[in-house]
Amino acid sequence: MLREIRPAIVLLLVLTAITGLAYPLAMTGIAGAIFPAQAQGSLIEKDGKVVGSALIGQEFKDDKYFHGRPSATLAPDPNDSTKTVSAPYNAANSGGSNLGPTSKALADRLKEDVDRLKAENPNAAVPVDLVTASASGLDPDISPEAAQFQVPRVAKARRISEDQLRQIVASSTQGRLLGLLGEPRVNVLALNLALDRASTK
Amino acid sequence: MTVIGWLQIILFCVIIVALAKPLGWYMTRVFNGERTFLSPVLRPIEAGIYRISGVDEKREQHWLTYTVAMLLFHVGGFLVIYGVMRLQAVLPFNPAGQGAVAEDLSFNTAISFITNTNWQNYGGESTISYLVQMVGLTHQNFLSAATGIALAVALIRGFSRASVRTVGNFWVDVTRTTLYVLLPICVVYTLFLISQGMPQTLGDYVEATTLEGAKQTIAVGPVASQVAIKMLGTNGGGFSNANAAHPFENPTALSNFVQMLSIFLIGAAMTNVFGRMVGNQRQGWAILAVMGVLFVAGVAVTYWAEANGTATMHALGLTGGNMEGKEVRFGIVASSLFAVITTAASCGAVNAMHDSFTALGGMIPLMNMQLGEIIIGGVGAGLYGMLLFVVLAIFVAGLMVGRTPEYVGKKIEAREVKMAMLAILVLPLMYLGWTAVGVVYPPAVASMANAGPHGFTEVLYAYTSATGNNGSAFAGLTGNTLFYNLTLASAMFVGRFFMIVPAMAIAGSLAAKKSIPPSAGTFPTTGGLFVGLVVGVILIIGGLTFFPALALGPIVEHLAMNASQVF
Repeated sequence: MLREIRPAIVLLLVLTAITGLAYPLAMTGIAGAIFPAQAQGSLIEKDGKVVGSALIGQEFKDDKYFHGRPSATLAPDPNDSTKTVSAPYNAANSGGSNLGPTSKALADRLKEDVDRLKAENPNAAVPVDLVTASASGLDPDISPEAAQFQVPRVAKARRISEDQLRQIVASSTQGRLLGLLGEPRVNVLALNLALDRASTK
Repeated sequence: MTVIGWLQIILFCVIIVALAKPLGWYMTRVFNGERTFLSPVLRPIEAGIYRISGVDEKREQHWLTYTVAMLLFHVGGFLVIYGVMRLQAVLPFNPAGQGAVAEDLSFNTAISFITNTNWQNYGGESTISYLVQMVGLTHQNFLSAATGIALAVALIRGFSRASVRTVGNFWVDVTRTTLYVLLPICVVYTLFLISQGMPQTLGDYVEATTLEGAKQTIAVGPVASQVAIKMLGTNGGGFSNANAAHPFENPTALSNFVQMLSIFLIGAAMTNVFGRMVGNQRQGWAILAVMGVLFVAGVAVTYWAEANGTATMHALGLTGGNMEGKEVRFGIVASSLFAVITTAASCGAVNAMHDSFTALGGMIPLMNMQLGEIIIGGVGAGLYGMLLFVVLAIFVAGLMVGRTPEYVGKKIEAREVKMAMLAILVLPLMYLGWTAVGVVYPPAVASMANAGPHGFTEVLYAYTSATGNNGSAFAGLTGNTLFYNLTLASAMFVGRFFMIVPAMAIAGSLAAKKSIPPSAGTFPTTGGLFVGLVVGVILIIGGLTFFPALALGPIVEHLAMNASQVF
């Protein structure tokens, strides 16, 4: 048995060096050469400043922007580091609400959001993704129905026609891969950037 | 449920079955020490590793020596992870300036990663440095996976060899698995994941100014290289807190589909390795069929439950299923499928929050783990777990016809059955026992996030996941407390090693036996009757053990949910 001790130590160190250092560092080097944009986090720059990542959702509250899904992410409480406070779309601390199907807190939140959205647009059914918190709290997408639902509000705030807006939404909609994988979706940040570009034209 | 949804599920199953055979062929050559197309590059590295670590690759080990070698290797792995976590503040690759990780959390995480559980009490992007991600977590993802595979191969050798005292050489099996199987796949896989949008950088977290002018700090890091092995090795510990639901850990529908495939890839191929090594591939297909029956049944229930949503949602006019805790790019079907896959295998990565699943939708992942994660299962661990149930099923069949049971040419006798029972019984002892403590001990009760039966399920899920070395969670439970850090670590430890040691004892005992040729009285173990029998034994043993606990949690919650009762 004693002769197993040397391999246990040396092999562990060698394999640690290979799998824990050589492999991730080599991958980082190769990635920087062939996929530099993705490797850095698919960042979007506007006028030389980083405005976000194409893959990470951000909070929109203004009426003239399309809004993303509710986000349950948290941040440390600035007044008491042992507690946390709500901080939607905190991209340094991802997470969901973890509220279960019989949670009163969830039922109350759903009702409040549905009532608010019904008041905003009484003519359409409220899409479920617009009132449910995503798993990561950073979901960059909403369903095409959720985008269409917000068209009247955004059109009013921007003083443009609903038809024109629906066209921009349609051209920002991504379908399923090969018609099969995933779900149809609209990237909220990309849509809002397209909207800003259309307005300044 | 939709047609497109079911087509995605069918496509997944077809690809897994199609890949099992070619990968099984390749892996069998690796485990037998034969040349492969990668040998010209890797053989010199392999030989060099043996030279400096003093391994004689021709010398085989007795099952006990093999097990001791494995345990020593884990002690070293534990010390590496614990050390880098405690010291991360003064070590390099820490651009976010993370401080030392607390003692109990470091202990829990180190046990978690050496046991291939990868339970996340740590917060990923908010707690640990890039160095810990690489040297601590990525490296142990490789080694705990390689260990699982090595142990399964040793058990297979027990069945396939006759009248010998040895089951292989642990050091050789681990090295060859890492170099020839895990690393090459991971290199290609990492590049694919980066192409989909997964970051791979050592740079600082990014400061962005959003369109509305707010500050957003975006955590990045060497994500792709960690995620590749986390999936392939059924480890599941995320780079970030939200795991594979985080857009950086799973950017597209395609990355999600490939991640699901990679969870099952090696486990499915191991059934083919088994068939090849015992000299009849149909033995492997029969085991894969048992797994397939249980898997598809689970997917159907979870998909149906999640697509249905809850009575509360229906009352508000919300249709389209239960999207709380799910991502739009995956939707209901890919989230449900992922949840069943990750718990059937011992992966534990999540692309949706299981805590927010409907009562029955969340019960299937729980059951998958309670059955012992034998539906494909962890790499290696799934196969040896399933073989324990096969031993029992064969024993039961033997009792019914009054003959000494045999399986692939080996007599199954009292010693094998006792060891199999020991391994199978120790799991419920851990998860039911600790759950009983967790629901009455006040500091533990305070950790529950949801009230009512759902809170009970959170605790049961945590211990089941830890014991099964899965690592997924009903994540509302605050696990990063002294009580949970220590008790979950004990469940992970017992769940891993009290399964491994009896399995290795069976390997040693079988290898020493003579091989007997099949006769007219041998129960055929490649047909539908055998598949049905094993499925039955799994469900009866499983059902008797944990059905009462399920009745207190998800089943009663389902009834409450349908009555729109909230807590």
